Amino acid sequence: MPKLSYLKALNRALGDEMERDPSVFVLGEDMHHALTNVTAGFMDRFGAGRILEMPLTEQGFTNFATGAAMAGLRPVIEFQIPFLLLLVFEQITNQANKFRLMSGGQTSIPVTYLCPAAGWRVGWGAQHSDQVHSLFAHMGVKTVVPATPSDAYGLLTTAIRDDDPVVVLGPLATLAVREDVDFAALAPIPLGVGRVHREGDDITVVAVGHLVHDAISVADELADEVSIEVFDPRSVYPFDWAGLAASLEKTGRLVVIDDGNRFSGLGAEILATAAEEMHLVVPPRRITRPDGAIVGAAPELDVALQPTRAQLVTTIQQVMKVS
Amino acid sequence: MTEPKAARTPEGLYRMIRFIRRFEERSIDLVKAGEIQSGVHACIGQEAVPTGVCAALDPDDILLSSHRGHGHLLAKGSDPAVWMAEMAGRVTGFDKGRGGSFHPSDFSANVFNATGTVGHGCAIAAGVAWSVQQAGTGQVVVSIFGDGAVTQGALLEGFNLAALMKLPVVYVCENNKYATTLPVEAAVAGSITGRGEAFGIPSSTLDGQDVDVVLAAADEAVARARDGGGPSLLEFSTYRYEGHHTFELKARLRYREEAEIAAWRERDPLDIQAARVPADVRDRIDAEIEAELDEVVRFAVDSPKPDPIDAFDYMYSDTLRPRAGVTG
Repeated sequence: MPKLSYLKALNRALGDEMERDPSVFVLGEDMHHALTNVTAGFMDRFGAGRILEMPLTEQGFTNFATGAAMAGLRPVIEFQIPFLLLLVFEQITNQANKFRLMSGGQTSIPVTYLCPAAGWRVGWGAQHSDQVHSLFAHMGVKTVVPATPSDAYGLLTTAIRDDDPVVVLGPLATLAVREDVDFAALAPIPLGVGRVHREGDDITVVAVGHLVHDAISVADELADEVSIEVFDPRSVYPFDWAGLAASLEKTGRLVVIDDGNRFSGLGAEILATAAEEMHLVVPPRRITRPDGAIVGAAPELDVALQPTRAQLVTTIQQVMKVS
Repeated sequence: MTEPKAARTPEGLYRMIRFIRRFEERSIDLVKAGEIQSGVHACIGQEAVPTGVCAALDPDDILLSSHRGHGHLLAKGSDPAVWMAEMAGRVTGFDKGRGGSFHPSDFSANVFNATGTVGHGCAIAAGVAWSVQQAGTGQVVVSIFGDGAVTQGALLEGFNLAALMKLPVVYVCENNKYATTLPVEAAVAGSITGRGEAFGIPSSTLDGQDVDVVLAAADEAVARARDGGGPSLLEFSTYRYEGHHTFELKARLRYREEAEIAAWRERDPLDIQAARVPADVRDRIDAEIEAELDEVVRFAVDSPKPDPIDAFDYMYSDTLRPRAGVTG
């Protein structure tokens, strides 16, 4: 089967939707040069009327997209850097995501906010390294973090077709991931449906984004001593609580690895919900960035705050020892 | 009982100004009676601006309003009874009680939005205007904001995009001299029109108390937008007699002198237009308005309030329902 890279999957999903639906258009920075490669070839293919080159005016073009959506179009905004989603956090959470309710359902705002460089790359420093998915989930914005190329294709497609605002975060660390795929089988993936990458009986590891790949390799590495189920929620909001409950019903043990911050993060929410509502035989654990993490520019100061595969191994072993 | 947008006659313009004035006074009564929980940002004193601007528009043209938007919607053609019901949080409102006085949308009158984030409607309007420009519909988009919005960076981002893309949009600044309590001269360096001119947007400062002046300026700006000439900025000098919000009925803030309010009342937009209409015609119009407003208020007050169980309705377009705040 042919190989599909994560980045090419985003490119393919976006291109397919633009072919299918003339109301889909893209706006963002450096579009003429397709700087992130997500829109590679699109300026020639779709023209400047559907690939809008925007100046550095992120709040402006986020609001612009809201207006275009109210007028019946389906904008996809590309943000090159995750902190830009903090700059437009108000425009997405307090405006776009509220206008449907505020209008009593007269309008909906089908905008996709795509950041194909989410999370972090070692050494980019404090202002280029935040992981923002928990913030959007906290505010009730539909948010997905696909981990594989086929999931990136399927979830971006669904996000564009969704009638509400959807944040799509492609972690930097996943962009180079390649997968054998049958192109004819690429299809939309519903929001709120997780994926069990590896079945297991002893413990459930919930991982998000690039950490899914670490979780899978740890599961392989520890296969002789413990049977690990790797659960990837894929959507952070809505979250597949039923899928998690089914996994815990079997294992009764839970470790979450997420590179969001600890305080009020996704890990906290998953542990709290599992503790309140699901089958657990021992206390659950989480591996996250520290509270309010601010990474230094020096790689040593950056990596020191990231959740690691070694921490995951140790935590799994600790949880398995509790009886 | 839809109130049509103002007819472009002296009587029609008088009727709309008078209607907005009395609608606002009745809404303040409902605030005092506890029927409008949010309070209101009354536009009394400013009625000539929405009346003149909307008289220059076609029904298909699109309006983005502000928190002081009661007059905007009435002048654009929104049903006053449905509007009052919305303000009173009733399910018969445009937004079924979800938008309220501050955040109305009425798509039946092409009022898309009144975002609460001051100044941000400017770029939302640019996005709407780009969409109708691409579709070639010939529609014009009007975005109305106050002087408080001109110190927001987001407003300038909207101006930049609208001018860069030569969009069919008319920006209307209701300079009522105060951003809540802050006088415009203590907030705005340079000028309001200078902000538009910096982007190459034709910009002018005009008397907002004389509806004929407003209508003539709006006609010119709307024609420019419709003919592909791009955006305009109209700054109307006006004044609100009431407080920023009805909380001032109790707060009794002292940020302006009574003499200043009295001086502005000397150039009352209702009086200015009344002088252009025969007394007997005015009497008939006034009586019709009182009768209609009795019905408007009755409809609003008699309409049902939302069922609390429906609090999540309209949040998402699909079947997604948020988890409740407590389980078990």
